[in-house]
Amino acid sequence: MVMAIQEGSRRILASVDDAARQANLSCGMTVAHAQSLLPGLIVKDAKPDEDEAALTRLAHWCTRYSPLVTPWAPDTIFIDVAGSSHLFRGEAALLQDLTSRLFSAHLSARAAIADTPGCAWAAAHYGQGGIVAAGRMSEVLGSLPVAALRIPAREITSLREVGVERVAQLAALPRASLRQRFSGDVLLRLDQALGAVVEVLAPLIPREVPRMTLKFVEPIGTPEDLERVTKLLCEKLMIDLAARGVGVRRLDMVFQRVDNVAQAVRIGTSKPNRDTKHLAKLLAERLVLVEPGFGIEEATLTASWVEALTERQTVGAHVADGGSEADISQLVDTLRVRLGNERIFRVMPIESEIPERSTKRIAPTAKADGAIWPKDLPRPARLLSPPEPVQAVAEIPDSPPLFFVWRKTRHKVRRADGPERILGEWWLSDQEIGMQRDYYRVENETGERFWLFRDAPAQAGGKWWLHGLGEA
Amino acid sequence: MTSAANSSSMPMAELRRLIEAASGPSAGPVLPFGIESIDTALPGGGLALGAVHEFSEEGPRGHFAACALLFAAGILARIPGPVLWCLHSRDLFAPALARVGLRPDRIIFCETYKDAEILPAMEEGLRMRGLAGVVGELNRVSLTPSRRLQLAAETSGVPALIIRRSSENLSESNAAMTRWRISPAPSFETSPFRMGRPLWRVELLRCRGASPNSWTLEACNAEGRCALPADVPDRSDSAQERRYSSA
Repeated sequence: MVMAIQEGSRRILASVDDAARQANLSCGMTVAHAQSLLPGLIVKDAKPDEDEAALTRLAHWCTRYSPLVTPWAPDTIFIDVAGSSHLFRGEAALLQDLTSRLFSAHLSARAAIADTPGCAWAAAHYGQGGIVAAGRMSEVLGSLPVAALRIPAREITSLREVGVERVAQLAALPRASLRQRFSGDVLLRLDQALGAVVEVLAPLIPREVPRMTLKFVEPIGTPEDLERVTKLLCEKLMIDLAARGVGVRRLDMVFQRVDNVAQAVRIGTSKPNRDTKHLAKLLAERLVLVEPGFGIEEATLTASWVEALTERQTVGAHVADGGSEADISQLVDTLRVRLGNERIFRVMPIESEIPERSTKRIAPTAKADGAIWPKDLPRPARLLSPPEPVQAVAEIPDSPPLFFVWRKTRHKVRRADGPERILGEWWLSDQEIGMQRDYYRVENETGERFWLFRDAPAQAGGKWWLHGLGEA
Repeated sequence: MTSAANSSSMPMAELRRLIEAASGPSAGPVLPFGIESIDTALPGGGLALGAVHEFSEEGPRGHFAACALLFAAGILARIPGPVLWCLHSRDLFAPALARVGLRPDRIIFCETYKDAEILPAMEEGLRMRGLAGVVGELNRVSLTPSRRLQLAAETSGVPALIIRRSSENLSESNAAMTRWRISPAPSFETSPFRMGRPLWRVELLRCRGASPNSWTLEACNAEGRCALPADVPDRSDSAQERRYSSA
């Protein structure tokens, strides 16, 4: 399959796929010539505008790797990873992540990382791709054809006429004559690829993100000032967000220090939120991490993740279930900022007979489904994990123990109930097939309740374990 | 108050009323236990909601506080709203809370380990109106942190329930409005094959505006209510439960 484009009075091939390339078709060939070579050829009209729009969309997606992304029509995206590769555990891992994600999206891409955009372009288009080690640009570039320098086709032809095929040959030519004989582009691209001239890329301006900046005449540094600035920025930003009808899910606050070091704090919320007081408080919790140094001259607050926040109708008091409607999301946010996301949770029942598997942690703001454990089975208030071995003596097999010794204390059993037999979940793994626990609820002389189990029938030499204390 | 101080002729009953109003334990709403002998022993006829209450457990396994925990959970089960529960370790078994009426979807757990993490988390929860209560499993409660909790609880009306996880420093004074000690008690049941509901010895060690007292109670039922043990088995609803468990 090929894509064709109209050029003057003839139609030429704009791009070819792998199968067409193997049939010796190439870009720039006329459609008539291509069709004579390959009668069954599928020709589609190229749509350069749509291609470019798609490239821009992809470039927006690439901002996950770095904020500085430049789409370069027709087929390239430059990503400046100098300051962000550490977030992906290094350049190699970043490259791996990028290519595997593109591959899983059915996009074939070649990627390269190098010191200069020009060199990376060359390595991706004409070289092996991958990472060009720092300072090794001339070695990699030297053996590549001159086309790798992003110079116009006209210049490539005229260079070829004088026998210059490779970049190394081009670099060996005297610069003065190069400038005279070819357009300035050739020399410029060569210098840019080798890093002698800095290439300025115009990065993609990210989709409009709600943002507020405050610049200070005098650098600030005291915690009170930082807090006041945070509050002020929050107030201003919330007005903006209210006009858009969105609420914050994530806020980034960046303090620019006088020595040009940026210090950032980030907070997240469990629900879209527009409450100035609450957000300022969450940010204030994190302000201790900011090192003001010699002073801060600029503060920027960015709502990097927003979601639609619609006014919610409050449920009538006769329908609402009393206090359960209380909005806990603010409390959850505060505790999450302070303790970490995973440490705030709710517990949900799991349908499992094995006690230690019967609970699961879920997000605190997850929807309540009203599920509950079986109501008729008494369960201990404290569950020992793992169960602790005890020495127990039973009168006859399969009867509750007469006494047991746990942590060097002997407990005489006054009352007991059981067994409650729990079998292994054989559908999970082979080891579970033989598993069987006989649970007994026992009460000692002082009225303490315990939850013991024997891990096999008494005849099979089952051992006793203590699994829980207390009973409800 | 100045007028009261000036008038020496003020009747004694009026003075008492003023003092009671100023010390204020009966000022806020209370949660009755539904057991007459306990409710009459508490000022205001029940457990004050906007206050700190402390529950400890006696005995060699007191640091597990298994009974104290269920007693506190039973109280929360009878107050509507979400609960913030600050953990001490990973040994709490949530199905037991559901058994005393505290459903899992009401509880927000906070995985804290040290008192220094638990106290600020509790305070944060206490500032939030609409919570049923805040639970903290603490090793030690000294005067200053407990005062902070008490102030936060008074402002929002959310009760703070402290479960003591260590038997050390139990005698240290703090600002808790009531201090309870829950210990297991041997059941009266004569047959060794009937378990029945566990019995607790519930002691009110200290209470502002009331004198210490103690009771023997049957453990919380599925609605979180304790009951006085019935001498005649047919009279209490635990008898019904026994029939279920033997059936």
